[in-house]
Amino acid sequence: MSSMRSLKAIYILWIRQLKRYSRSPARIVGSLGQPLLFLLALGFGLGPVFASAGQGNYFQFLVPGVVAMSILFTAVFGGIEIIWDRQFGFLKETLVAPVPRTAIMAGRTLGGATIAVLQGVIVLILATLFGFRPDLASLPLALLFMALIAVLFSAFGTAIGSIVEDMQGFPLIMNFVLMPLFFLSGALFPLTGLPRALEIVVRIDPLTYGVDGVRAALTGLPSFGIGLDLGVLCAVTVALLGLGGYLFSRIQV
Amino acid sequence: MGMARMASDSNIIQVTGLVKRFGDFAAVDDVTFSVRTGEIFAFLGPNGAGKTTTIKMLTTLLEPTKGRILIDGKDAQRDRNGVRESFGIVFQDPSTDDELTALENMDLHGALYGMSRAESRDRTKELLEMVELWDRKSSLAKTFSGGMKRRLEIARGLLHRPKVLFLDEPTAGLDPQTRNRMWDYLAKLNAKEGITIFFTTHYMEEAEKIAQKVAIIDHGKIIVQDTPAKLKAKTKTKSLEEAFLSLTGKTIRDEEAGAVDALRMHRRMWSGGRK
Ligand SMILES: Nc1ncnc2c1ncn2[C@@H]1O[C@H](COP(=O)(O)OP(=O)(O)OP(=O)(O)O)[C@@H](O)[C@H]1O
Ligand SMILES: [Mg+2]
Repeated sequence: MSSMRSLKAIYILWIRQLKRYSRSPARIVGSLGQPLLFLLALGFGLGPVFASAGQGNYFQFLVPGVVAMSILFTAVFGGIEIIWDRQFGFLKETLVAPVPRTAIMAGRTLGGATIAVLQGVIVLILATLFGFRPDLASLPLALLFMALIAVLFSAFGTAIGSIVEDMQGFPLIMNFVLMPLFFLSGALFPLTGLPRALEIVVRIDPLTYGVDGVRAALTGLPSFGIGLDLGVLCAVTVALLGLGGYLFSRIQV
Repeated sequence: MGMARMASDSNIIQVTGLVKRFGDFAAVDDVTFSVRTGEIFAFLGPNGAGKTTTIKMLTTLLEPTKGRILIDGKDAQRDRNGVRESFGIVFQDPSTDDELTALENMDLHGALYGMSRAESRDRTKELLEMVELWDRKSSLAKTFSGGMKRRLEIARGLLHRPKVLFLDEPTAGLDPQTRNRMWDYLAKLNAKEGITIFFTTHYMEEAEKIAQKVAIIDHGKIIVQDTPAKLKAKTKTKSLEEAFLSLTGKTIRDEEAGAVDALRMHRRMWSGGRK
């Protein structure tokens, strides 16, 4: 009975996110700008250096990183949307509903994650137009990794959105959380022969394992191993879902 | 047993010793009152008196510092979801999803309250017709005027057939026509479905005309509760507005609000939603 109601709530809030997404083409196109810039400027700009260093095709190396990047940003922003909903008042409508708060949180998180995966798929398709050649047999595995990254960071965004009450903190989150997560994930550079300190930081960043997994699946480039990637991502996702659910259920307005 | 039980049966809202402190400031300070089932109850008070804070606690949005709240016999702190089922609410600030249509806002509400699709749609039609928005059901809420949004929120608050409807300044910023219409259908619903109405307003004529009972809160404390007629008699005044002014004084309440608000914003930013 009450779990039926929770499922219904999760479903309707998931649909809500998708509707809002499909109704703002400007947002869809706008958020493709950054990944495209990375693909074209870095992909083609650094390609020759990468090749002459004996590292092979940089574009092929970079695309999984940029796909992961667009998922990271879309997912976290989706979670942070709680701040808007708080300011525009809709959050209250969901908080007084006779549904466990964790169900509300789950619906929002899944909605945000779905959009993030869609956004990642769009980037992937665009990349193939520019010459990226994915390993089609491993596409399902790549999608699994993309989904994990999406849920992980959507939950993370929800956790942030639950404790920050207005957008004043946004630059802080952007510059001290999202940018470091991205730049220190191995999305842009190979992880071999890094200075020790950098290597430690990179190993702590959960996005590293997401990028590694997507890259291994799509390109067959060497990785930590699918098992390790999956294990780390699943563990961190579960932890962040728990944290996000906890913080969300403590929101008072 | 008999007497106590009967008393609580006829009181759909029972609030005892309710306190809410923000730091050492008591926004709601030991408030006790009850609302009878089926009553239209006006909760009046100057700006910053503690009306919205009280409503937030009654509707499980804010944790009380102290005190007990029973709604429809259920404890607002222990049986949150039970209490949530029994009330509908129109908040002081808008709370529709502007990127959704009127109908989608209603559907979403119905689903959150566990209504079946068919039941939700039937009731939605009835309510949107009542608030004269059925023609506009497929328009995005962001295209609505303030008054239309308000009416949509009222319809939405009533969708799941709540026993109590909370309305926090539902008529603020609305023209007299819309206000009159709104009270017309709320009074009709009160008569037809026996729904209890708990509302706040700064329009005293409105409260005088509609409310069967009035409580006046000031500085977080309830100073009187009675029928409008008895309040006028007690204060020897001719209108509820005069009675209100004679009870709460003529000074303006929110002079310090500007500075305090700025500080509060600042402090709230990273305060973890605990307030
Ligand atoms: N989150 C908060 N933190 C600190 N103080 C708060 C908070 N919310 C409300 N207050 C203070 O509590 C007091 C009561 O506020 P409340 O919003 O309940 O007043 P109100 O009676 O609804 O006023 P109005 O008629 O202007 O809506 C005010 O002094 C307000 O500044
Ligand atoms: Mg108020």
